[in-house]
Amino acid sequence: MKQSLRSRILPLILLILGAAFILLPFVWMLSLSLKPQDEIFTTTISLLPSAIEWSNYTFALTETDIPLFLWNGLVMVTGILFFQILFAVPCAYALAQRRFAGRDVLFGLVVAALLVPFHVTAIPIFLGFAQIGILNTMWALILPFIQTAFGIFLFRQFFAQLPTDLFDAARGDGLSETAIVWRIAFPLALPASTAFAIFSVTAHWNDLFWPLIATTDPSLATPPRGILYFRDQESGDNVGPLMAAAVIVTAPLVVAFLLAQRKFIQGLAAGGLKG
Amino acid sequence: MRLSRSKREGLTDLWLAGPATLALLAFIFIPVAIVAVLSFTNYQFGALTFDWTGFDNYIALFSSSVGRRAVTNTLIYVAIVIPFSVGFGLLVAVGLYQMTQWAPRWSNVFKTIYFLPVAATLVAMSVAWQMVLHPSLGIVNQALFSAGLPTPSWLSDRSLVLYTLAMIGVWQSIGYNMVLFLAGLAAIPAELYDAAEVDGAGGSWSRFWTVTWPMLGPTTLFVMVVTATNAFRVFETVATMTKGGPAFASDTLVYALYREGFVYFKAGYASAITMVFFAFLLVLAVIQFRVVARRVHYR
Repeated sequence: MKQSLRSRILPLILLILGAAFILLPFVWMLSLSLKPQDEIFTTTISLLPSAIEWSNYTFALTETDIPLFLWNGLVMVTGILFFQILFAVPCAYALAQRRFAGRDVLFGLVVAALLVPFHVTAIPIFLGFAQIGILNTMWALILPFIQTAFGIFLFRQFFAQLPTDLFDAARGDGLSETAIVWRIAFPLALPASTAFAIFSVTAHWNDLFWPLIATTDPSLATPPRGILYFRDQESGDNVGPLMAAAVIVTAPLVVAFLLAQRKFIQGLAAGGLKG
Repeated sequence: MRLSRSKREGLTDLWLAGPATLALLAFIFIPVAIVAVLSFTNYQFGALTFDWTGFDNYIALFSSSVGRRAVTNTLIYVAIVIPFSVGFGLLVAVGLYQMTQWAPRWSNVFKTIYFLPVAATLVAMSVAWQMVLHPSLGIVNQALFSAGLPTPSWLSDRSLVLYTLAMIGVWQSIGYNMVLFLAGLAAIPAELYDAAEVDGAGGSWSRFWTVTWPMLGPTTLFVMVVTATNAFRVFETVATMTKGGPAFASDTLVYALYREGFVYFKAGYASAITMVFFAFLLVLAVIQFRVVARRVHYR
């Protein structure tokens, strides 16, 4: 495919304009987070700060609960991922490499569950959690997500491609099925685990819907929930620190994405298709 | 001996698949059944009793102006996001795909930039958008002002707010669609382009219409359905920037279900909103299955 210079220029200009639109909120967020107060509250345009001002970051990290929110987010996504793997991997292995009564029914349930967005189940789960008195706990944030039809589906597809002989040989060596799951199947599924982990961590770190419902205690706020607490307390006059907080909350995933782009794109692309 | 062996095998299956099955039942299937039942009651969270009210909640949803608003707003939002997000996603993908021929590194940089909003925390980015669109301090209105143009209240003007949110929805999803289209483009055999060139369709414009577009047709349908599915769930931007306001001008189904259920504790009514939302998504899922089936057919 030969291309003349002219046929390259127009698409390039359009791509640059589009990229500028995509980057606009990122640049403005960074810029405000580095600007001194008086430069934020001015009506003259300046895309970049005149001098870099770190005090907004110091404020966000020392005078607010942002570090606590980050910690809550970390505990929540780690807990969710741990239980998801713990439940999904053995089930996926059984679906792919074992025959048992009801296997097809179970797989049908998994596929049906893929069609149910979390929002649909929120009211009954809230009622149930209120009944057993675990609203406003870390468990309330983790438990609804320990099931993962998507995880079971993803791992099952992966395990189904592995040769049955491999598992027969392991059984011949006297390994128990549980040992086969965790010492043979799971390590082999590293690519699937990576994609799944990226999807799960991103989805739950960024989620606002369930934390907004399940917790009213600010000390349990996850990063997105916490940012809203911070914004609503400050009633709009602490824009610099608020933007610094937004940068701090967004940074872990964006940095991870920049470091492992291909894995991220694979994981998020697969996860987003689950319907 | 044989029996005990098969029993042992059965126990192993139960041990492996049982916990996940229980979790699926407890957190998906039983809740779906409960929400369907609740939608026919007037249950309020915290109340001790409830009455069966038949279709009252659904009638209330479709006959009250607030309820209808949430439905139509969601449909308008989806109707805007689909063409723009899919259209721009396709343009970006085609542009980047050609760019890989002569500047693969830059093409990759662009790809990273366009995908950034998909990985970024949407609530934090919504707070950032709020400042970008701030009536007086935001960069958009500062630029418009200095160009002598009117400076709209993007997020508090009733006639504008839904379009502003849709624009942010497009911003958020272009990169995702770009990735799906790039996969579709990579699957087009290069011989088709050579054949087109032999037949005189050598320019990039005619190449696009004779080869790329027809070959991407099934992918495009698929991307449209996926975009619609995600757009129907719009919540984070609404909850962060407008709370459905002003005067319900940006109320959407998921935000309405949150507000009615968890702010006003009207569990029955919120369940009816949930079921309507679910019905829309199930229709899309059916379309998606048909599209996927057809895509297999084409190959």
